[in-house]
Amino acid sequence: MNDMTPTREQRSAALEGMGCKRKRVEDIRFTQGKGNYVDDVKLPGMLHGDFVRSPHPHARVKRIDDSEALKVPGVLAVITAETLKTVNLAWMPTLAGDVQMVLADGKVLFQNQEVAFVVATDRYAADDGINKVIVEYEPLAPLVDPFKSMDKDAPVLREDLAGKTSGAHGPRKHHNHIFEWTVGDKELTDAAFKKAEVTIKEMISYHRTHPSPLETCQCVCSFDKIKGELTIYGTFQAPHVIRTVVSLIAKLPEQKIHVIAPDIGGGFGNKVGAYPGYICAAVASIVTGKPVKWVEDRIENLTATSFARDYHMTTEIAATKEGKVTGLRVHVLADHGAFDACADPSKWPAGFFNIVTGSYDFPTAHLAVDGVYTNKAPGGVAYRCSFRVTEAAYCIERAMDILAQKLNMDPAELRLKNFIKPEQFPYHSALGWEYDSGDYHTAMRKMMETTGYAALRKEQADKRAAFARGETREIMGLGVSFFTEIVGAGPSKNCDILGIAMFDSCEIRLHPTGAGIARMGTKSQGQGHETTWAQIIATEIGIPADNIMVEEGNTDTAPYGLGTYGSRSTPVAGAAIAMAARKIKAKAQMIAAYRLEVHEDDLEFDIDGFRVKGLPEKFMSMKDICWAAYNSVPPGMEPGLEAVSYYDPPNMTYPFGAYLCVMDIDVDTGVYNVRRFYALDDCGTRINPMIIEGQVHGGLTEAFAIAMGQEIRYDEVGNVVTGSFMDFFMPTAVETPHWETDFTVTPSPHHPIGAKGVGESPNVGGVPAFSNAVNDAFSFLGSTHIQMPHDFWRNWKAAKQLGAVA
Amino acid sequence: MIPGSFSYHRPASVADAVKLLSDLGEEARPLAGGHSLVPMMKLRLATPAHLIDLHGIPALKGISRSGNNLVIGAMTTQHDLLASEDVAKSMPILHEAALLIADPQVRYRGTIGGNVANGDPGNDMPALMMTLGASYRLEGTGGARDVAAADFYQGAYFTALEPGEILTSVSIPVPAAGHGYAYEKLKRKVGDYATAAAAVVLTMAGGKVATCAIGLTNVHETPLLAADAAAAVIGTSLDAATLKTAAAAAAAIMAPAADARGPVEYRKHVGGIMVTRALQRAAANAK
Repeated sequence: MNDMTPTREQRSAALEGMGCKRKRVEDIRFTQGKGNYVDDVKLPGMLHGDFVRSPHPHARVKRIDDSEALKVPGVLAVITAETLKTVNLAWMPTLAGDVQMVLADGKVLFQNQEVAFVVATDRYAADDGINKVIVEYEPLAPLVDPFKSMDKDAPVLREDLAGKTSGAHGPRKHHNHIFEWTVGDKELTDAAFKKAEVTIKEMISYHRTHPSPLETCQCVCSFDKIKGELTIYGTFQAPHVIRTVVSLIAKLPEQKIHVIAPDIGGGFGNKVGAYPGYICAAVASIVTGKPVKWVEDRIENLTATSFARDYHMTTEIAATKEGKVTGLRVHVLADHGAFDACADPSKWPAGFFNIVTGSYDFPTAHLAVDGVYTNKAPGGVAYRCSFRVTEAAYCIERAMDILAQKLNMDPAELRLKNFIKPEQFPYHSALGWEYDSGDYHTAMRKMMETTGYAALRKEQADKRAAFARGETREIMGLGVSFFTEIVGAGPSKNCDILGIAMFDSCEIRLHPTGAGIARMGTKSQGQGHETTWAQIIATEIGIPADNIMVEEGNTDTAPYGLGTYGSRSTPVAGAAIAMAARKIKAKAQMIAAYRLEVHEDDLEFDIDGFRVKGLPEKFMSMKDICWAAYNSVPPGMEPGLEAVSYYDPPNMTYPFGAYLCVMDIDVDTGVYNVRRFYALDDCGTRINPMIIEGQVHGGLTEAFAIAMGQEIRYDEVGNVVTGSFMDFFMPTAVETPHWETDFTVTPSPHHPIGAKGVGESPNVGGVPAFSNAVNDAFSFLGSTHIQMPHDFWRNWKAAKQLGAVA
Repeated sequence: MIPGSFSYHRPASVADAVKLLSDLGEEARPLAGGHSLVPMMKLRLATPAHLIDLHGIPALKGISRSGNNLVIGAMTTQHDLLASEDVAKSMPILHEAALLIADPQVRYRGTIGGNVANGDPGNDMPALMMTLGASYRLEGTGGARDVAAADFYQGAYFTALEPGEILTSVSIPVPAAGHGYAYEKLKRKVGDYATAAAAVVLTMAGGKVATCAIGLTNVHETPLLAADAAAAVIGTSLDAATLKTAAAAAAAIMAPAADARGPVEYRKHVGGIMVTRALQRAAANAK
């Protein structure tokens, strides 16, 4: 051994495997403006499409006159529902088992609904064209308030459902009712409430908002008439699902559909489902024989493609006087807008909302969700969260604070008293989930110690006294949030999309020189898959991450996968990577054994190669094994070194975290200041701590936006009034607070590398932390619950209603 | 979000610009920084057939002294204002307010002329110009005239500009040495218009307010001078009761619209608070 021989630490570091703060390889092109997004796709002869949209929230379409539009230079076609009917595409199925108009078919059901699609030689002509299409409407009474959806005299929105007394998820109670979904033991829960010493009840709303990624939804569709092939470049979080859906609804052979998702500028759930723009661009390409591009503008993105949330959750907790919870009862009124276009696994009309028991040991619980139609844009999608998990986390975390207030207990103490204990894992919740692992007490105590929680409470008490004496106009709130997520959809036993099990996949090919390519069923939209997937392979196989290229998004080359959303990539595809890597490793071991002339059981894996046990100098590196795989494999073995894995997870993963928000509010203006925000996340095994930190920063920023002002709001007659970033709160670096991040590590016992997923945790845990801080600030003035969003004027209104402002 | 077609003109002198504007009539709009007009065109809420770009006219740019007045060319950008030592020294409130306009990218492009001439009640400079007693030079085919900022604004987007006229410069009397100043702006985020804002310029003598002017932004269809509120503080040391009276007097002339920034009651309430805070800060930094 000389000085030049690298140490084990150096060999390990050279791999840049799991646990390494490896710089994001994709950023080389992104930071130089060299990304390749859908709008960068320019095909020869490409046409442009744009929508005529409805100014009315609810109206009958009496007549569409396209004659003037067709006279506009450059306008080639105007597609309406009548055109689409000729190819049986006027309506399309939604992922939630409903159907949705592609273009207005006799009626419009929300403002900015797609009415006609104008196809022109350039983007300007298309817009000139839409301004010349004359649409005659007969306005109908709009239904805006979901609480009035099931009134006896409520207007009939969905005439296509006339006479249908049941939908995809069972019986319908009313013409505007979509589904009722119940989980849990009602009798037992009602009994718990009957004998409860203390109960609370509150209607907790989680307002309508929108994922609003930087890049809007867009596509380029190109139909080759000769080959009968359709190529679609699109902003798709789940390209394979799009291919299958297109095949099923357009009746095209699936092998003749090529879906390519290039670089994507953020998804956050907005890019999971199928939108009318995709269908219209495809039909336009088939009709014209030319490629057709459709690019949504910001107004269209905010007002027409899928919103998120809009859950109104009447929540009750039963407890003992000492603060031990004994029962949970929740009824949700879910506003889906004009069509149920949720992007949930098919059997889950309210997603995984039954995670609503949260981190607490509820002996019994009951949940009922009623979905209803209103004259609003259809949805809703999972905005940076697993399906309806952020709604559930907000519901229980707000309710626990309300219970703490009623019991006059500290909210952190109440949580500690009711947490599922480490020895209870795997834990079966009252609403049917099996939590894989957790150590909630440790995480909570670490948060309390690191932040100086007790001292902050003391400061708050002093400040309240000073406020009472008239010495300050500022109030202080501490927002505690302890969330448990359910991510990684999902096991085939309970998760599918349109009948396709929610597995995911990885194919790894190693090349002779010790390099390779990994192709995935997932699709990064900014998560950094090209960086982190290579790190898993580096650690598993012993090839440097820099030698592994990761490719996603092309359905012709990638193995079938269900895509990236719901924090499923690491729990499902991350596992597939490890499993594929282990298949390769097993073959590599056989090759090494053959070359080193020992039995393979005599070998042990050592960072970047195999070593003969007890003979440290007898070593074969993975680099050399790769070469050998192409020229000297054992007799009878096929050459090459590649593997594919389709991973069907045995369970979901359950990341958790303890957050604290410290906020000051000026009661005279309602202006808040997030003085401090601490986020402890436990996502199991950590693949790239730098990327985790970035994910947490991003998710917290979105949580901050949502809790403190970001909403899609309709006026009382159904006009959407938040159609731009002027009124839809999108914080800049100036408004965004400073984030402190921390972690504990509780690996998932069933995941090959113990990882749980983290991208959405901060949004799930962040929203209740902000809202609890506002509510905690006002609680001493006598309030129990103030609805989100907590923007300045609403804070002032709360202060005024509580008598703090004259 | 795609504008309709229009013809583009780039005159090299004010005379050419005025002639074009006059010849092309109502179908023509002058283009300065474009931060109000271009978004309106992208939404097709404005569909001018002709755009007359004023960027080719060197005479419209620059900051100079004329007697006790600072004369600022209409095409001088907010960034130019921020870069000017003269503005920073002699008229620090202009510096302070310019920094509260949108973000650096907008300030590189946005001009003082466009800001004051458009008649948008959300713009910050008009109330400030009224507070400072500024006047605007308007030039048309018939010649030039000066109009006081206080007489310029007639309604939302309605001003004293006659068809064919262009606002070419702003003339601002330099406030007395040692004056106190403040521009208090409540906004939801960077880039937003004011929920309410107040400009105060005052002088103090013997611990009492000697002179005072108060301007209000975005609480009415035009910018406002809060004359009663200003009168109420003269001769006082801005005690709590006086501040309350002044805030109430200012709120009494406010008539904001309810919008996503808040209901009318809130916007008036915080308008009063902006007045109070601006008075206190101006008094504190007066010498």
